[in-house]
Amino acid sequence: MDHSYERTKKNKNKRQKRRKSVVLPVIIALVILFGVLFLLQRLLMPKYVDDVVEGNFVAEYYREKDKNFDVIFIGDCEVYENFSPVVLWQEHGINSYIRGSAEQYIWQSYYLLEDALRYHIPEAVVFNIQSLQFNESQSEAYNRMSIEGMRWSPSKLGAISASMTEEEHAIEYYFPILRYHSRWNELTKTDFEYMFKTKKVSHNGYFMRIDCRPAEDVPPGRPLADYTFGDKAMFYLDKIRTLCEENGIKLLFIKAPSLYPEWYPEYEEQVEAYAAKYNVPYINFLEIQDQTGVDYTTDTYDGGLHMNLSGAEKLSHYIGPVLMNMGVTDRSGDPKLQKIWEENIADYENEIHEQEAKYGITYVSPLENLQ
Amino acid sequence: MDELLEILQNLHPDVDFENETELIEGGILDSFDIVTLISEISETFDVTISAEYIVPENFNSAQALYELIQKLEEE
Amino acid sequence: MLFTSYGFIAFVAVLTLLYYLGPANFQWILLLVGSYIFYLIAGPEYIPYLLAVTLIVYFAARIIDRKLSDQDAYLKEHKKELTKEAKKEYKAAQKKKRMVFQIIAVVLCVAILALVKYANFFLANINAVLSASGQAKQLSFLTIAMPLGISFYTLQALSYLFDVSRGTIKAEKNVFKFALFVSFFPQLVQGPISRFKDLSKTLYEPHPFNRQAVAFGLQRILWGFFKKLVIADRIAPAVQTIFADVSTYSGGYAFFGMLFYTIQLYADFTGGIDITIGIAQMLGIEVAENFNLPYFSTSLKEYWRRWHITMCSWFRDYIFYPLSSSKGMQKFSKFTRNHLGQKVGRRLPVNISSFVVWFVTGMWHGASWNFIVWGLANFVILMVSEEFEPLYEKFHNRFGFAGKLPYRIFQILRTFVLICALNMFDVCKTIGETVKAFLSIFTSANWGEIGKGGLLGLGIGVSDYIVLIIGILIVFAVSLYKNKNGDIREGITGLAKPGKYAIWIVLIIVVIIFGTYGIGYDSSQFIYNQF
Repeated sequence: MDHSYERTKKNKNKRQKRRKSVVLPVIIALVILFGVLFLLQRLLMPKYVDDVVEGNFVAEYYREKDKNFDVIFIGDCEVYENFSPVVLWQEHGINSYIRGSAEQYIWQSYYLLEDALRYHIPEAVVFNIQSLQFNESQSEAYNRMSIEGMRWSPSKLGAISASMTEEEHAIEYYFPILRYHSRWNELTKTDFEYMFKTKKVSHNGYFMRIDCRPAEDVPPGRPLADYTFGDKAMFYLDKIRTLCEENGIKLLFIKAPSLYPEWYPEYEEQVEAYAAKYNVPYINFLEIQDQTGVDYTTDTYDGGLHMNLSGAEKLSHYIGPVLMNMGVTDRSGDPKLQKIWEENIADYENEIHEQEAKYGITYVSPLENLQ
Repeated sequence: MDELLEILQNLHPDVDFENETELIEGGILDSFDIVTLISEISETFDVTISAEYIVPENFNSAQALYELIQKLEEE
Repeated sequence: MLFTSYGFIAFVAVLTLLYYLGPANFQWILLLVGSYIFYLIAGPEYIPYLLAVTLIVYFAARIIDRKLSDQDAYLKEHKKELTKEAKKEYKAAQKKKRMVFQIIAVVLCVAILALVKYANFFLANINAVLSASGQAKQLSFLTIAMPLGISFYTLQALSYLFDVSRGTIKAEKNVFKFALFVSFFPQLVQGPISRFKDLSKTLYEPHPFNRQAVAFGLQRILWGFFKKLVIADRIAPAVQTIFADVSTYSGGYAFFGMLFYTIQLYADFTGGIDITIGIAQMLGIEVAENFNLPYFSTSLKEYWRRWHITMCSWFRDYIFYPLSSSKGMQKFSKFTRNHLGQKVGRRLPVNISSFVVWFVTGMWHGASWNFIVWGLANFVILMVSEEFEPLYEKFHNRFGFAGKLPYRIFQILRTFVLICALNMFDVCKTIGETVKAFLSIFTSANWGEIGKGGLLGLGIGVSDYIVLIIGILIVFAVSLYKNKNGDIREGITGLAKPGKYAIWIVLIIVVIIFGTYGIGYDSSQFIYNQF
């Protein structure tokens, strides 16, 4: 009796020991496997530092130690190339950040805003309504650039499921190595250099270009079969609006002064109707060229699609008082922010000098001539 | 039995059919050989080996095949 | 759901978890439910076909089985009073009755298959005849999609019916268990075509979790993914480019296309079967092997014993043997021997049966003349080599090459080239294109172009070729190992832990990095799905 008990006990111990000797190596093997996969993933993911820097904007937001921004811009290239937070700070003490990304679809704007609210509730949000024309994501590459930089949160999961095109799989967002595995034959030195670090590529989300290519012949827009904004786009517009209402944020709609792609009058009517219905202020910069002073022979670097620094500074100069009127606080007296912005301004001016050297031109800020 | 061995030897002169027990699994007899065998057996013993009896167990050795023939002759 | 899709991987993972977490007695029920869910995802409109084949064969087999038991009971009861002749007579009468049910079931199943697979082929041929005879009237085609895997599960169900009818196995009483045999999801899409006798041994019994079985299963799956993703799908664009336009890609391109397709077919089909067998193994179920290093064959005959084994043995056991051993064929054999002499007379019945089998095999592969000619080309080569065997023997006796390694290698290469050539029928769309592409290898003088990098213009680049060459070498090395020592997994299991785990970690990473999948890549269906 005792013996058999002893034996079973011994066997049990033995079994436990054996189980241990199996489990531990398996765990070690799994740790090594996932460790190597993680390193490979870091290596294979696009770095967006030398070219297509737009891919870096979304992630760069998290590098800000202090995310207490009073104004958040959301939208596509029509925000991140057209407004300069530095000007807003210098002229009005507005502490702002642009959460922009290339061809940011409206559901992505919503989730990026939701994500920003996790850190701080701003006083005002500026949304560029250009993306209302898309009812589905048009391109996997742009999805990637808008979503991949987001930190993991319910907002990111929402952005993924709202954005995926038919050819995409959510798992390829959770494990980007599954998406980028075939980049092994196009790796460059940059991929190794920036495996674990990144380079600052924007100025609070602003993408600076000081060169100029005047707008010439802008092709007229092709007539569309249907100008009505899609239901998914409108659904997320409602969500952006209610999210702001619930959090006591003042919302401002804008349409940037891009000559191309065509902004149809039918689009304009719908936006105006919506803005009037919900009492959201709306500025269409295409219509107020005389007030902003935008000159398409000097203020665009790509023939009228996007503003260069000169154009962006003019638009910022215009929108500053609008934001102040909406009740945005002047933080110019905050010593902590002063320090941060001192650095920001230094970076900003540095880049101006670098680009002056690169393009062989001298940049003259239009602000000196504006009052 | 001798008649059967003769048939088998004619088919593959180089095989020791008296002792070989893996005619099928060893790949010595292929499907063409089996069909030829069946014709020969049908001629010599007047029994028809229908498809249901064509399984490795019945063809793996001369002894097994002979037993099959005897069983079919009985019926 | 492709084997290599995320959805399928998730499906198998969830199913395996439930399988081992749930009560062991319910495991086979879970498999049945899982198999039907799998088929439902593939297409709800396919379910009726699967159900029809299952029920037809189930009931026919039950009736036949009942009649067989009745016959045995009757014979036992009247053992003494029946004479040998009376017994024989009774048995023959009973057999006739049973055959009625067997024939009805077979006709129904084959009719379903014919309707979905061959109806449009026949209509096209009728239309060709109509227009050739100058008539303007054309028949319109049916718009039925071919249900996934129907060629495979019909054969599998029929093999069960024949085996019951032959008395080799007892009929399965539980209709749900039988339904699982027909629908078992890993092999539903592309085989192997299992026999009830083999699969039922492990399909229904409870399987407690066995670490070794699960590990081996996972390893086999991983190996299948390697072959499929790293080799087959990577080489696929080149094959597609070449055979989409055989006029442009003639000569040297056609030669490489033939070679590439043979590699693709092997990696794709054996990889898919590795995944099938691996999944089954993970669940504790043993599925018959379908390949035995087919490209190491020294003759076409041997190749057909080592390639797609379960299909070949099906046609052998249920068409070739019954046909060649039938009373009619035996009578014919006697007749030919008496009139044409021993030698020819003996061979004729075998060759006729063989012709029928290859015709049917060709038809089964696809509803097109291309496949029929492919089957008959196989038949002709096999027959010729069989008839010339005495000649070879004389040659070998004289020169003594046979059995030596260099000669074996020559034989293997010769067989491989032959297989490559036969595969042309498979990859080209029509007989005309097959012949054109094949002949151009000898007539088109564009080999210089290939030497100048022509192969890089086929949709795959230098890095793809490097991966392919290394991948093929790995498969070749593993095959050599298997040829000499058996299953490489056993060998790896014997290694010390760090080495053992390192091999699997590397293989996983290789599949993830060098596999061809994801955005920008249109994952091609398993080649054998279509059959």
